[in-house]
Amino acid sequence: MTQLPPPSAKKLGLVIDLDTCVGCHACVVSCKGWNTENYGAPLSDQQAYGADPSGTFLNRVHSYEVQPEEGAAQLIHFPKSCLHCEDAPCVTVCPTGASYKRAEDGIVLVNESDCIGCGLCAWACPYGARELDAKEGVMKKCTLCVDRIYNENLPEEDRQPACVRTCPSGARHFGDLGDVDSDVSKLVAERGGFDLMPEQGTKPVNKYLPPRPKDEMPEFDILAPYLEPIASDGKGFVGWLDKALSSLPGGAK
Amino acid sequence: MSLDQPHLDTSPPVSDEVRKTTCYMCACRCGINVHMKEGKVAYIEGNKDHPVNKGVLCAKGSAGIMQHNAPSRLRAPLKRVGERGSGEFEEISWEEALTLATDWLAPIREKHPEKLAFFTGRDQSQSFTSFWAQGFGTPNYAAHGGFCSVNMAAAGIYTMGGAFWEFGQPDWDHTKLFMLFGVAEDHDSNPIKMGIGKIKQRGARMVGVNPIRTGYNAVADDWVGITPGTDGLFILAMVHCLMKAGKVDLDYLARFTNASVLVNEDTKSDEFGLFLRDADGQPQVIDRRTGQLAPWNGKGVEPDLSGTHRAKGVTHRPVFHQMADRYLSDEYAPEAVADRCGIPAQRIRALAADLARVAFDEAIELDRPWTDFRGVKHDKMIGRPVSFHAMRGISAHSNGFQTCRALHVLQIILGSVEVPGGMRFKPPYPKPATAHPKPHGKVTPGAALDGPHLGYTHGPEDLLLDAEGNPTRIDKAYSWENPMSAHGLMHMVISNAHAGVPYKIDTLFMYMANMSWNSSMNVGGVHKMLTDKDENGDYVIPHIIYSDAYSSEMVAYADLIFPDTTYLERHDCISLLDRPICEADGVADAIRWPVVEPDRDVRGFQSVLCDLGARLGLPGFVNEDGGQKYQDYADYITNHMRRPGVGPLAGFRKGPDGPQGGRGDVNPNQIQDYIDNSGFWVEHVPENAAYYKPFSMDYQNWAVKMGFYDAVQPYIFQLYVEPLRKFQAAAEGIGERQPPEHLRERLKLTMDPLPIWYGPLEDDQIDLDEYPIHALTQRPMAMYHSWGTQNAWLRQIHGHNPLYVPTKIWEANGFAEGDWAKVSSTHGSIVVPVAHQASLNANTVWTWNAIGKRKGAWALDEKATEATKGFLLNHLIHELLPPKGDGLRWANSDPITGQAAWFDLRVKIEKSAIPNEAQPVMPSIKSPVPKGPSDLAWKVGK
Repeated sequence: MTQLPPPSAKKLGLVIDLDTCVGCHACVVSCKGWNTENYGAPLSDQQAYGADPSGTFLNRVHSYEVQPEEGAAQLIHFPKSCLHCEDAPCVTVCPTGASYKRAEDGIVLVNESDCIGCGLCAWACPYGARELDAKEGVMKKCTLCVDRIYNENLPEEDRQPACVRTCPSGARHFGDLGDVDSDVSKLVAERGGFDLMPEQGTKPVNKYLPPRPKDEMPEFDILAPYLEPIASDGKGFVGWLDKALSSLPGGAK
Repeated sequence: MSLDQPHLDTSPPVSDEVRKTTCYMCACRCGINVHMKEGKVAYIEGNKDHPVNKGVLCAKGSAGIMQHNAPSRLRAPLKRVGERGSGEFEEISWEEALTLATDWLAPIREKHPEKLAFFTGRDQSQSFTSFWAQGFGTPNYAAHGGFCSVNMAAAGIYTMGGAFWEFGQPDWDHTKLFMLFGVAEDHDSNPIKMGIGKIKQRGARMVGVNPIRTGYNAVADDWVGITPGTDGLFILAMVHCLMKAGKVDLDYLARFTNASVLVNEDTKSDEFGLFLRDADGQPQVIDRRTGQLAPWNGKGVEPDLSGTHRAKGVTHRPVFHQMADRYLSDEYAPEAVADRCGIPAQRIRALAADLARVAFDEAIELDRPWTDFRGVKHDKMIGRPVSFHAMRGISAHSNGFQTCRALHVLQIILGSVEVPGGMRFKPPYPKPATAHPKPHGKVTPGAALDGPHLGYTHGPEDLLLDAEGNPTRIDKAYSWENPMSAHGLMHMVISNAHAGVPYKIDTLFMYMANMSWNSSMNVGGVHKMLTDKDENGDYVIPHIIYSDAYSSEMVAYADLIFPDTTYLERHDCISLLDRPICEADGVADAIRWPVVEPDRDVRGFQSVLCDLGARLGLPGFVNEDGGQKYQDYADYITNHMRRPGVGPLAGFRKGPDGPQGGRGDVNPNQIQDYIDNSGFWVEHVPENAAYYKPFSMDYQNWAVKMGFYDAVQPYIFQLYVEPLRKFQAAAEGIGERQPPEHLRERLKLTMDPLPIWYGPLEDDQIDLDEYPIHALTQRPMAMYHSWGTQNAWLRQIHGHNPLYVPTKIWEANGFAEGDWAKVSSTHGSIVVPVAHQASLNANTVWTWNAIGKRKGAWALDEKATEATKGFLLNHLIHELLPPKGDGLRWANSDPITGQAAWFDLRVKIEKSAIPNEAQPVMPSIKSPVPKGPSDLAWKVGK
């Protein structure tokens, strides 16, 4: 079993805005691309051009329908990757110490050279956020792009996770959730950011911002003054028009 | 700290080099950084400096590495050796391929250039391919707009000199209410997502009008689940509400639209419905300063919206009066349209009221003085911060043109086009219909065509008809069947060529359009047409040449294949002469360049045309000595001059003081200058020209300086489109050029100069009680038509496509998860898997577009889910409407532009036994390329 370090002051993570996520999968594929070429073994694909393709992804987007008691059904796009929990059960369950949580910033990683592919961590994770790579036989998971965020070979503005950099609608935010003054912490406070499945007691670092209420346009009664009729037909309209025009700059004819 | 924490290098090398080019994973054309390792493509990300995507990149773009390396890439020119459709080919040399093509094409050009039909699909080099076709002399050229979104483009150009996407965008920085009508996600892709993110961050509101609540509509604050094909009715009901309440921008309408232009009202006059014009031909208005007639553009003229004029016994009333007569009618009252639209009347009123509230109560004023074309000085820019975007959802109907027009009229009466917070044009737009060419189709054997093929008609005199009144184009574009078909009708070419109507052709030459599969209606019928033989045993369409980079379904139906490169292996220019990538605040163009060299015997299609053009001796493609003028496409991009100082690329042209943007001489280093500038060029619109572009002299003068046009051409928006009236008048018997009798009534109805709504044409010819359900497709955000499937990563996101069924229909049929259904139209049936979706219009089913694949194509396993569970709705749609009993077959297209009416489809649905695979099953085609590997672990670096 592997020990967690004492809680770090710095808690790097993602804030994902469910109000803005259009479900485009940009983050999914950008993540796949970066992490196939970078950290550890490539993310492999089986039957890539075959009958039933499957591969390793560190981030996936799920879609859920919600049917409110009244009004139209809604569709929520829900991107999911490792939440870098403070009490990460995937770490404590690891028999070899391959799974670990970084003491300095809280990122949860797998040291692939020590991973025996037993899969216990994936069972322990209540979020289903780890995937065993079928070709390499090691556990893969979101690294929060640890090889980007501190990477001095990248321009400073690019030192953020690939999924955040690529997100077209700006629904993904990266930062230090241990710092109450950080932009991400402020966003969580302003928008009522929440933990995913808090009852699991894992204390996830990543937060989700809830969708804004939908279909709450005011009833027409409130807006009715805006459509107060000035005419009922073309003739009446022309009469109104003549009056209205004489009050425009330039005045009466 | 845990003792076990391993050392980790957090600064590993990222790549050896970054090469910046332009994406081609969809039509959006974002800038990309291609990270190279050891000469290979390692990783692709968005280019932060690029005007289109500013660093972000969608799923398709990030998966480009898998497209570039797809096993479906063709490897060498192919010559058919089996029967057409079998997929049996032999690889041949380029010399043999080009000789064969020349042997087919040279005799045609000598005698009957029109016997070549050259259609270029999802071409992003149309200014080049059309130039080639002009040189050849065939009138039969177009790209894919006819089966895509020509209604949107043409309605926008005729109404206001530009439409959405490549022409214009919401003012994302200022808009407060954004209303989105049914959209194809790639039109455009990342900018819309970025814009939605931006307005949500500012707390602005978004309304989605779409039968299907997915994607953008899923994040909209309000969703209007409209009945397909009724958008125009809904829009005109809002116009009704706004006009009835006087919630219209009178000052804007008077100054900047033809609401003030006088129209002949004498029904007995041959000029009925036409503008009153002066001796110079300028439309007349009443000048409020004098009460007298004045030209619309006269110096200092203050056009009156209400003044009428009587001359020679004929009353002329302003367009605005006509609009009042029409739109105040109860026909457009919310109560009258609610049931048909599937939207309660009070909801329509609330939406209209909200538009009025935001446009007028939350108006924006920018302290930016500007001067209009009449010389009138304005000290402020007044913004009406409501904005709109729409694309295929409203345009791919037989009433799409008028629906798109209706939307523009709604924007214009609110005063929200080219103002802060509204819609903004992207240079080189706006550009009115009158500034575009007219269509050309005069054939001279052995010589070039008399001008550009595609353009805008302004009356019957501009139609392309022969002496007997028959269409001169194989697709019947610019004929009475669709007089304003600005993009041609690629979807009718195979059908017409097979029927020999209006004439037989010899060679069908196509590029990058999967016309034997997802880009055609009536797929099985098209297969028969492509393989049909005459009584002599010869193919009815004698020769088919096709160019594609990949082993698509269309490859099997060609006789000769020119294998194209992938987008990372080629030169391209994203040109202002073509489909530009500009932003509202800047003019921009871009290039692609070979960031890697092809490892196969393939050539960029445009370079092949440079070679073939020279072999055929086409004007513009040979030097005076007869030698090949452009060695390849890069040579053309650099050295071709379309007009003095204007070439394919507007950036880094040669000026007296070094490279300059806009006009300039040929710069031999231009492509390298683009590469050094991250693959693009951008120059910003001056701040005082940022809005009111059609009317602003600051903008007009800048546009001339940049070379968009050669003289200033301010204009006003055309709420009333006079050319439509001219076609309508002809149908009423006026004028020498008369439509055939059977088209008169339809022309009278549809060619209305003010927007109208009429039901989808197919509805009149089928039993709606038998086929009550609307059926649609949408393009997924992570796939671009058929291209995505060969992509190992993207096909894991969209590997098959259930038919999504709303709750009411789901329950009525007793469907359960895992069920299949038989879906039938008047044309055919399919048997497909179904899935339940509650967030859906109650009478609409839909599926993802172009996921279904034919066995043997795209280098996929024959058991791939795309071929066994995936399906096309295309089997249910015919390019012709069901027979009416009049002995004629009518096209399933918009009668104004000829746009394919994909979304008029009506079906019925019933539960089916679960078949082995989706029906119909087409026989497998033999693959010209080997199957891909089973497993992938794609890491190019060490």
